[in-house]
Amino acid sequence: MKRLAPMAVMGAATLYFLIPIWWLLVAASKSRSQFTNTEPLWFADFSLGDNLSELFAYRDGVFLRWMLNSVVYTGGAALLGTLLAAMCGYALAKYRFPGREAIFNIVLSGVLVPATALALPLFLIFSQFQATNTFWSVFLPSLVNPFGVYLARIYATASVPDELLEAARLDGSGEIRTFFTISTKLMFPALVTIFLFHFVAVWNNFLLPLIMLGEEKLFPVTLGLYSWNTQVNQIPELRMLVLTGALVSIVPLVIAFLLLQRFWRNGLGSGAIK
Amino acid sequence: MKGKGKALTFFILPFALLFAAFYLAPILYAIKQSLYKVERKGTFGKATEVFGGFDQYQRVFSDGPFWESIGRVLLFGIVQVPVMLGLALIFALLLDSGLVKGRRFFRLAFFVPYAVPGVVAAIMWGFLYSPNLSPFTAVTSSFDLLSADLVLWSMANVVTWVYVGYNMLIIYSSLLAIPQEVYEAAKIDGAGAIRTAWSIKIPLVMPAIVLTTVFSIIGTLQLLAEPAVFRSFSSAVTSTYTPNLTVYSTSAIPNFNLAAAFSVVLALATCVLSFAFLKVTQRGGDK
Repeated sequence: MKRLAPMAVMGAATLYFLIPIWWLLVAASKSRSQFTNTEPLWFADFSLGDNLSELFAYRDGVFLRWMLNSVVYTGGAALLGTLLAAMCGYALAKYRFPGREAIFNIVLSGVLVPATALALPLFLIFSQFQATNTFWSVFLPSLVNPFGVYLARIYATASVPDELLEAARLDGSGEIRTFFTISTKLMFPALVTIFLFHFVAVWNNFLLPLIMLGEEKLFPVTLGLYSWNTQVNQIPELRMLVLTGALVSIVPLVIAFLLLQRFWRNGLGSGAIK
Repeated sequence: MKGKGKALTFFILPFALLFAAFYLAPILYAIKQSLYKVERKGTFGKATEVFGGFDQYQRVFSDGPFWESIGRVLLFGIVQVPVMLGLALIFALLLDSGLVKGRRFFRLAFFVPYAVPGVVAAIMWGFLYSPNLSPFTAVTSSFDLLSADLVLWSMANVVTWVYVGYNMLIIYSSLLAIPQEVYEAAKIDGAGAIRTAWSIKIPLVMPAIVLTTVFSIIGTLQLLAEPAVFRSFSSAVTSTYTPNLTVYSTSAIPNFNLAAAFSVVLALATCVLSFAFLKVTQRGGDK
């Protein structure tokens, strides 16, 4: 009996979180006419395949291009960005040198700077080098992750013992080799956490590509779907493409979460407690 | 010792260079830009940039729609952040209480919306709110969720939907990190689940709650994707609906100097609010 109320609360919340996604799945499986005429929360004739092939064929497959762009922008930036943040955080945790706290404090205050306040000045700087509307104008700024440095420092302090580093030194292992062969293994849960946070942040970053990019071919999928959605009133057939595209755009991140979730719980906790 | 110096350079330099180029330089550049203005000789004359002092800031401070948009996001934040974090805390405590079965399932189900990018979430909910497309016609026919009165709260719901699970996980992880011995004394004293949650668990996860609050404050002031998307669903959302939308539409005119001044003011406001919140909560903690 005692469990009834808590389970009811959790059940109701589950409906709230999952019904919109269920609706999207159902909607993307319908033909254009059935979308408005049939029960919104249940399947009609299953035309997901048709919708997908229409989505991928539309305007010479620009949607696939967007998905690919997003994967490169986010995957690449998250991988490289995690590595850079981990190296910096590790050095701040494991070495004593003048200016250490100053560097850490500057980086930490970077966490509080809203990324959107940076987008416009970045655009102006890139335009001085005639480098706006390029892949690099979105990719390079996405590599910087101050919060990652913060997490890496906390986690390196907690999980990489100094004695182990001393032992590695006595064995003649260089500092850089020690980092890549020993320390990264000990920091692995934290690295996964930083990677996920970074991945989501770049995947969600909307203003930077919106301001930087004019050429459709360079869009990440979020900007692409946004631009289609603004045209729905003029080109009504885009509506089904937007819905199907929205469904497809969620899939990679859901897969990433499912694959990585067992790693990142610990790291998430250690970041939050400090 | 020499090897260590080399290693340090190797570890720190790449991040430091990128941080300087893509964090520090833009901030300094925005500040510089905001102190200039464009002058033209005659209506069609050549435009030249001249030093304008605080001219742009004067315009920012006398810009009615901008301050309206600041007021709007503050109102949004005052309501949405406590609701979202309150829900996240309740769900985390329930998960941790042992009264709930299927914890793994709930954890995952609540977290799924976080995998949906803000733009996509807004598009999806835009459809759900639209009277002729929504599966919830009973609701959408009696309330116009996209009207001027309600659209702000419709957006609040989108943000809440995306982030509750994420915040819940952060709080839940720090609940899991509390050693079991802490609860023994409470048990001996005969404290029930609610009493334990209130007097022991919540104070111990306060740091996690503070962290999530600061991130939520920053997020609220940065609202952009949701209002930008909702512009195509609702005419009530103007091009200056949130501060970020103002920055974007000002830079699209284009008036980069004024947009830079908006950015600087916005960044300062975010930092001030976050710091003020941290200070207030720290003072509370010292007592």
